Amino acid sequence: MSGDLVFYGFALLTVVSACFVAFSRNVVHAGFSLLFTLFGVAALYAQLGADFLAVAQVIVYIGGILVLVIFAVMMTRIPRGAPRRGLDRMVPAGAFALALFALLYRVITATPWPTAAAAAPEPTTMRLGTALLTDYIFPFEFVSLLLLAAMVGAAILVRERRRSGENGPEAPAADPAGTEEQA
Amino acid sequence: MSVGLAHYLTVGAILFALGVFAVMTRRNAVALLMGVELILNAANVNLVAFSRFVENGIDGQVMAAFVIVLAAAEAAVGLAIVLAMFRNFGTVHVDSVQRLKR
Repeated sequence: MSGDLVFYGFALLTVVSACFVAFSRNVVHAGFSLLFTLFGVAALYAQLGADFLAVAQVIVYIGGILVLVIFAVMMTRIPRGAPRRGLDRMVPAGAFALALFALLYRVITATPWPTAAAAAPEPTTMRLGTALLTDYIFPFEFVSLLLLAAMVGAAILVRERRRSGENGPEAPAADPAGTEEQA
Repeated sequence: MSVGLAHYLTVGAILFALGVFAVMTRRNAVALLMGVELILNAANVNLVAFSRFVENGIDGQVMAAFVIVLAAAEAAVGLAIVLAMFRNFGTVHVDSVQRLKR
């Protein structure tokens, strides 16, 4: 069935690029791999019939968060002799992650999931909007408040402090010219 | 075997494990936040998959929408903290930032 092939293709894209995000030594490579992971997840949403979420994923994650992440990678330079993550940390973490996956996989395969007979997917944007403005109206409003708070908080955090004589002892000599563009 | 709920959940589990691995091993704060994004996406894949495979489900998609919003807020504040950290300490390596105040 062609739908299955499409699923396996996008699942493979997602997983392989996520591996790059987790394992790549170069942070820039990891950031660009994250692009493919997020795109693959958006494709999985589309396959699951979540059309609005697929578009929102592309707009918010790829258009917003990923751009922020890549800007942050470019603004923060890594010193030459930065310590690499060593095996002493990779091995226990890898073992823990593998054990976690094994446990999750065991649960997934052992549970008899109550699956409805998969009907043909239909657009859910209207139902999503109705649910957001009826049953979920309080979280919806609350989350908008939270976004406002996050926006103000981020602006305050990256603001340049320019009070005369208030600069700390050796006010950041290593201050890169680029950081204030974020503010 | 046709693609069902278990397949999507497996993809979600793989993403989650990779995200946990990234969070545990990364020292660069920006790369650490990428691991957090992986974890959030794993949760979202599960939510949307559940909402597809239950009768008339929409709640999972609503939750996934909220997760996307929260991820945006998290990324904005988190990266702002990283930039402030870089300005004050000259590094983004989480191991070498141990003081709250200079």
